[in-house]
Amino acid sequence: MMGSQNHGFEESHLYPSREIMENLVLDDHSNGNSFSNNRFAISSLSETRHPLSPPIDEDNDPLLPPSPYRDLRNPNLAENPFLQPSSYADVILSPFEEDNGDANGLGSPIQDSGESGILSRTASSSSKYLKISVSNTQKEQEISNSIVPGGNTYVSYLITTRINMPEFGGSEFKVRRRFKDVVTLSDRLSESYRGFFIPPRPDKNVMESQVMQKQEFVEQRRVALEKYLCRLVAHPVINKSEELKVFLQVQGKLPRQLFRESACVVAPPHEVVQPAKGGRNLLRIFKELKQSVANDWGGSNPPLVEEDSEFLEKKVKLQDLEQQLSNASQQAESLVKAQEHIGETMGVLGLAFIKLSKFETEGAMDNSQRIRGADMKRVATAAVKASRFYRESNAQTVKNLDTLHEYLGLMLAIHSAFSARSSALLTVQTLLSELSSLHSRAEKLGAASTIFGGDKSRIRKIEELKETIRAAENAKSCAVREYEQIKENNKTELERLHKERRDDFLSMLKGFVINQVGFAEKIANVWAKVAEETSGYTKENS
Amino acid sequence: MTECRITGIISQRPGVLDFSYPASSVPLVSPFSSYEKINVEEFFASRIKPSIARTLKQSIERVHIKAKWVQRSKNEEYLAEQRSLSGSSQSPRSSSAHPFLSVSVTDPVKLGNGVQAYISYRVITKTNFPEYQGPEKIVIRRYSDFVWLCDRIFEKYKGVFIPPLPEKSTVEKFRFSAEFIEMRRQALDIFVNRIASHSELQQSEDLRTFLQADEETMERARSQEIGIFKKKPSDLMQIFKDVQSKVSDVVLGKEKPVEESNLQYEKLKHYIFELEDHLAEAQKHAFRLVKRHKELGQSLSDFGKAVKLLGACEGNSLGKAFSELGTKSEMLSIKLQNEAHNLLMNFEEPLKDYVRAVQSIKATMAERANAFRQQCELAKTIKLKEINLGKLILSRSDKVGEAEFEYNELKAESEEATKRFETIVRLMSEEIVRFQEQKTSDMGLAFHEFAKGQGQLANEIADAWRSLLPKLEACCSA
Repeated sequence: MMGSQNHGFEESHLYPSREIMENLVLDDHSNGNSFSNNRFAISSLSETRHPLSPPIDEDNDPLLPPSPYRDLRNPNLAENPFLQPSSYADVILSPFEEDNGDANGLGSPIQDSGESGILSRTASSSSKYLKISVSNTQKEQEISNSIVPGGNTYVSYLITTRINMPEFGGSEFKVRRRFKDVVTLSDRLSESYRGFFIPPRPDKNVMESQVMQKQEFVEQRRVALEKYLCRLVAHPVINKSEELKVFLQVQGKLPRQLFRESACVVAPPHEVVQPAKGGRNLLRIFKELKQSVANDWGGSNPPLVEEDSEFLEKKVKLQDLEQQLSNASQQAESLVKAQEHIGETMGVLGLAFIKLSKFETEGAMDNSQRIRGADMKRVATAAVKASRFYRESNAQTVKNLDTLHEYLGLMLAIHSAFSARSSALLTVQTLLSELSSLHSRAEKLGAASTIFGGDKSRIRKIEELKETIRAAENAKSCAVREYEQIKENNKTELERLHKERRDDFLSMLKGFVINQVGFAEKIANVWAKVAEETSGYTKENS
Repeated sequence: MTECRITGIISQRPGVLDFSYPASSVPLVSPFSSYEKINVEEFFASRIKPSIARTLKQSIERVHIKAKWVQRSKNEEYLAEQRSLSGSSQSPRSSSAHPFLSVSVTDPVKLGNGVQAYISYRVITKTNFPEYQGPEKIVIRRYSDFVWLCDRIFEKYKGVFIPPLPEKSTVEKFRFSAEFIEMRRQALDIFVNRIASHSELQQSEDLRTFLQADEETMERARSQEIGIFKKKPSDLMQIFKDVQSKVSDVVLGKEKPVEESNLQYEKLKHYIFELEDHLAEAQKHAFRLVKRHKELGQSLSDFGKAVKLLGACEGNSLGKAFSELGTKSEMLSIKLQNEAHNLLMNFEEPLKDYVRAVQSIKATMAERANAFRQQCELAKTIKLKEINLGKLILSRSDKVGEAEFEYNELKAESEEATKRFETIVRLMSEEIVRFQEQKTSDMGLAFHEFAKGQGQLANEIADAWRSLLPKLEACCSA
């Protein structure tokens, strides 16, 4: 998974003096916020909400860019809601809100991280899933017949799903799943939805049992799982899948077979519907390998080629996009880091001046010392405040620019969708070559029999061959259907990608810009006050 | 190649440079200081030997320097004349004019090459003090000249907090970076002006030498320094610390270090020492903040570029939005670099200056401790001598005369030592008051600049990003 889940954890190591800073009693009445609590006050969103905005679930994440942004989708609005708040400083919220007592030990402020960008789209479209959260990790004992005494321990996660539509019976589901189940789900989905851009699941870990002991790792995985499930649920095709429904709603353990049982009863899918590589059919693997070598090195053209030039063009563009995304995502990360650093240093500088100011005022031997101490305190207070703003702003920036990381992850999904296409194509090509060779063999035998006359063994061979050809024809048509289906899937997905990408990127840019403006204004205010208070010194100096 | 030296002036009173001669009567510069004499170059062009090549080169360089300098001085003097002619008809020595002495250190120029390269500064003095040669004077000085002045003043004015000098640069690489040169120039300017505005220090003869002497005199004075007056404040600090160490106790034959028992002074000492620690920490963080600004500037620039490239992948309005964002980001990167520079010059440097000032106070404290020790020692020695003398008188020894003579000499020395110590104490108490006031206003200004700069930066950031919103808007509805 991309580096987005790391951001929350870097935070906790960065500010050793964070508790000190939060406990400082700072006199600030400017914004009506009091900084003397350990939690930051949240300036009320309700005041700034436009009356025409869509009704928002009370559970709604206050971390999202506030209503003026959402109102943009509403064409009824005549005026430009961006200009309404006179200062974005009032609109930007502080994100440090403790969530519903989850076992998130690190107190990371980025809890509902799965809801970035994606949620805004699903909320406005009528998706049946409204919210998924993963929480309450527990260690459990596996009652298995393992040789190792004591059995295996594994971690299970509580998955809570809220559903919008009452006809599905019950609006909330809670199930316990382990990572293995997630892997299974992911595998099933890749089988059933070839050609779609299926969000990639969180990575497996080589040293599962050892790493599992660390709370940090479990926490990371929890976050990653939440994001994964949210993405699945946001996909317009996949979120209708049975596999997902079973995963989210069915209580109790999920052995592998369960998936197959509850799936609709259809004829077991033809072998050719799946790529050869993952399967057991060695013969098929060999044949397709031969075909691919022939494609690449052989002089003759393969029986069927990728003809869709539009597709090829898009593919090239996507490769370019991937590169630029990767680059941009990297630069975004170092930008966030640089902002972190500046905020941190500002805070430490403020603390140093507070110490200095205390020192000067306590041991003051004359009046000018006292004045100096007071000046220092002003500057120190401002510096600490500015440092907090930097930190808050950064937390938001991380979320905003997370879209870049998300799309990088999506590139992986696109890769597998495209490789599904090419392996399906390869299957078709293989079958076509096979068919043509079978046909030519049949011809030879037929020719031979007319020349040499009927022969029991030869007739039997011809019959066998005809059978083989029939089966091969069957397989071929199946493969071709599959291939066409995958091509269709690719196409719809590409269209969806194009549209959603535009929306997502625009909202990312807007969120980023609004955030930067809001916090810059706040910081400017803080310093303007100090500048005014110390303006006397400029007149004194010649 | 011979050069005319001011031997006449110097030999009359060895060790003292006397500038009471009016400027016009004696040529204070060598004859090889005008551009017409450049034909010496031609002369030597064909007569170079490897053994004299380097000396020759340096000498010719100096001719160039002098020629340039004389030219500039002449221009300045002419301008100064013009100004004073068009201005009031008062002569600059009129007693009704408010006395002033102001100096500016400008125009850093790199001279020489290789390892011996150095920066020379133009020092312009404007004054109406009667001891000075004229209303305006321009000289060329280098860093070691400033160091000379600082050392001389430190020696002569014990008890006064000597204005601190900027440090020597230890790293070769940054010696000639534009930033370092500018910081140093600013610090040197402040240094000289502090001396010039201090009621005691501005009377210093060494200051006059520094501000008016020609280059060769300066150079000679500078090289004479080595050995005699070369005690730096850091050396004195060592002595100060030694006072507390056992080694000096053994040498002096005492168990405990002899220190003043003045409570208020003790308090002041503790204050100064602790203050230095606090200030050093604050300065360190201020410096780091400067670096962070530069880092953020770099990040913004890289980010901007990446975003622009990303925009190129997308088409139409979205692509344009990306590209505009990238451009703004790059623009802000420049603002950040500017603010980094502003922070360095107007916030970090004053803090550093504060630290240096405190260190200078410590050096003065060391001097005071020294003086106190001397006074005590002499007092002890006198007592012993007195007893001894008494014994000799009683025994009617013929050594009485000698002993008496020594006793009287010692008494005179002791009185002087006491006077010195008391002068230091008196000066210091005045200095402390002045120091506190000065620092309050220095820091007040530094804080103001800091707040102003940060506020301006934040506003620029807000404006830049805000300007993007209408465009992003348009993209959305499109």
